[in-house]
Amino acid sequence: MSMKTFDAVTQSLINRAEAMGIETGINRLESQLPQCGFGQLGSCCRICYMGPCRIDPFGEGASKGVCGATADVIVCRNLLREEVGGAASHVGHARHVVLAFQKMLEGKAPGYKITDRNKLMDIALRLGIKTEDKSDIEIGKEVVGKALEDISNQNGEPMNWLKLSAQSREFEMWKEQGILISNAHNEIEEAMHRTSMGNDADPVNLLLACLKMGLVDGYAGLHMATDFHDILFGTPQITTVEANIGVLDKDKVNIAIHGHNPVLSEKILEWAFKMKEEAKKSGALDINVVGVCCTGNELTMRHGVPLAAHNLQSELVLITGAVDAMVVDMQCIWPSLAMIAECFHTKLITTEPFVKIPGAIHVPFDVEHADEEAKNIVMMAIDSFKERKGEDVHIPKEKSVGFVGFSVEAIVDMLKKIDSSDPLKPIVDNIVNGNIYGVVGFVGCPSIKLRDTFMTEKMTKELLKNNVLVVTTGCTAQICIQAGLMDSSATDKYCGEGLKTVLHALGKAAGFDVPLPPVWHMGSCVDNARIGTLLGALADRIGVKISQLPVAGSAPELVQEKAISIGTWFLALGLLVHIAPSPRILGSPVATNILTKDLENITGGKVYVELDPIKAAAGIISHIKHKRTELGI
Amino acid sequence: MKEIFIDIERCTACKSCEIACAVEHSLSKDLFSAIFENPLPIKRVYVEKAFLFSYPVKCMHCADAACIAACPTGAMHRNHEFGSVVVNTDKCMGCWMCAMVCPFGAIIPDYAVKTARKCDFCPDRLKEGGKPACVEACPTSTITFGEMKDLFKSKRLLSAERVVKAVLVQEDKKVTPLEMLRSIENI
Repeated sequence: MSMKTFDAVTQSLINRAEAMGIETGINRLESQLPQCGFGQLGSCCRICYMGPCRIDPFGEGASKGVCGATADVIVCRNLLREEVGGAASHVGHARHVVLAFQKMLEGKAPGYKITDRNKLMDIALRLGIKTEDKSDIEIGKEVVGKALEDISNQNGEPMNWLKLSAQSREFEMWKEQGILISNAHNEIEEAMHRTSMGNDADPVNLLLACLKMGLVDGYAGLHMATDFHDILFGTPQITTVEANIGVLDKDKVNIAIHGHNPVLSEKILEWAFKMKEEAKKSGALDINVVGVCCTGNELTMRHGVPLAAHNLQSELVLITGAVDAMVVDMQCIWPSLAMIAECFHTKLITTEPFVKIPGAIHVPFDVEHADEEAKNIVMMAIDSFKERKGEDVHIPKEKSVGFVGFSVEAIVDMLKKIDSSDPLKPIVDNIVNGNIYGVVGFVGCPSIKLRDTFMTEKMTKELLKNNVLVVTTGCTAQICIQAGLMDSSATDKYCGEGLKTVLHALGKAAGFDVPLPPVWHMGSCVDNARIGTLLGALADRIGVKISQLPVAGSAPELVQEKAISIGTWFLALGLLVHIAPSPRILGSPVATNILTKDLENITGGKVYVELDPIKAAAGIISHIKHKRTELGI
Repeated sequence: MKEIFIDIERCTACKSCEIACAVEHSLSKDLFSAIFENPLPIKRVYVEKAFLFSYPVKCMHCADAACIAACPTGAMHRNHEFGSVVVNTDKCMGCWMCAMVCPFGAIIPDYAVKTARKCDFCPDRLKEGGKPACVEACPTSTITFGEMKDLFKSKRLLSAERVVKAVLVQEDKKVTPLEMLRSIENI
């Protein structure tokens, strides 16, 4: 039996798994405990074969590795390699989408089209591309060229997407610090090179490289991916959706799409709609496409697809026995899914050549044949439904509802209804008068180590009580929507008076007959770009650096390397970044000091580790208070 | 009475026991706080290399402990609740006789406080029905904790199995030892 207790839905499925003798991550974590202290502190080095070397944190044993690397060097090298893991994931994701777009422009991917032409034109103009007398295809190709330059440039010029998306104050600060970047792939290569045996042994230099990797992630990863997603599939608009595992329906063909890349999931959704009749012939009422993890967030933001499960529930959604096919692409896909799918009539379908799982069915998905493959996959799900009919399923009834689709464009459109010439004015005014005390961006995953403490929910509620507006992305957004924090009823229930007033007024202005929710779903984890854009716009409107705003970031339940590189981008932007559990830096006094203190004098950002949700919220509020005082508001 | 049992064939020298021991003997009993304590907490188990093997050296809480006999002040004594050998630091005068007579090198002179330092069997954990920190931390079950009769029973069963396998392999000359072992594994 598990020692932890989770929310009712999660718990009921854990209980079912245990009754059926199916192992889940909860059990596997218990058999991993206690986890290695050297690993947790980051002071174990496996980079060369003279090691592995470990530095004794209590000072009695070895203080250096065989090569002479101190704990500071080891921790900083390991941290940079984590950053590379995260940044490579996002840059790889962005590159996939850019190349899909390119194939479409060349006429080789007929399943795709330009959906948000305005966004394409806006980006082209801001990239300095001349658009007169050119077709959309020609303009698109030039935009692709600019994007691909960011992974091929050898001339040392700053990356196009960085110039496109960063504000001038931050750009100048990075220039001054010598951390501007030119080519994401070169930076990734150099980071692996400099951390291999016998290269960079200066912890400060290594930490600067970490900041550069944060910029790689932010611009060649997040911003680039979000921009091309929007061009291809449309920029999200505010809508309402249902969430939690209860969105599964035993009488429908349930297709859970899991992973990150909408290039796949958009086509699955399209074909699920087209093949309704096929499903009905097999005795199903309909086809029910539900979202898991971030590709779920992508579909929910653009099409209102129900959000079935966050990453930690990806196993549990299968334990229902009601999923006919789980279709996955890349990132955050646990190998255990194949073992669980095997216990039911569930087909686990992998689609990326570099993401294969023994026990899954592999259907290589390429954009040139997207329609055939998506149709094929949906057909496999229908076949699976036929086999499942009559089998015992357990779908917890609990569902929640919430608002999603808070792209920056959607927010600005809403604000234009209040002040069309200066849309950000109402937000700025309310920040100044304190109705909005500050803004905090919650990002990242649900942590199996902290989920039973309700870390995210408790922190969020504490911040709302203190009139801090919360914006969120990724699986953290799914925690919030499941907890009802994206429902308009949460506004009166959890917000302080000031924030309540603002959200009521905004809801009215936006034409809803209810207040806006206090937690805004801004998208998938690559959509942290949207948070960056929003902060940049606010800072520009006020005429200050992002680091001067009364705002903070938080990865309240750190899991992925991607959260490390996103967090580092936030640090480079000058934000206080709250993280729990601790990143693997505490083995190094230099890294700990710089990241939690000295960095504030360089970029304005710093790391704040706190595992207690109430204390963490208090720490963030005191930071916001400090920033407000400095701004004189 | 429960005791510690060490199986050297399983030790991978990960030093998890060392860290867990130091954390258990810190003020906070939490890794992330312990590394910032002053003075730093001190471990009582040492993973040492022996040929190609490694071995977590610690006090074995001997039934007839030489260190107790050698202690001139009565500082080294037996805790009858847990059967452990422990130091009363108030009585210890730092003569290091215990360290000299310990056959394992498991008692360490702590010059900072001028008393002997050794494994205390994690009394806080045992009082709550738990296991010593090193046992809980060991990922390969090199260090186990249990009733001595059970620990030896499992060891006897293991050696009985080995003897049977060895004899069977010797008696059947027609197959190679490896094939024989494989067929035995399938029994």
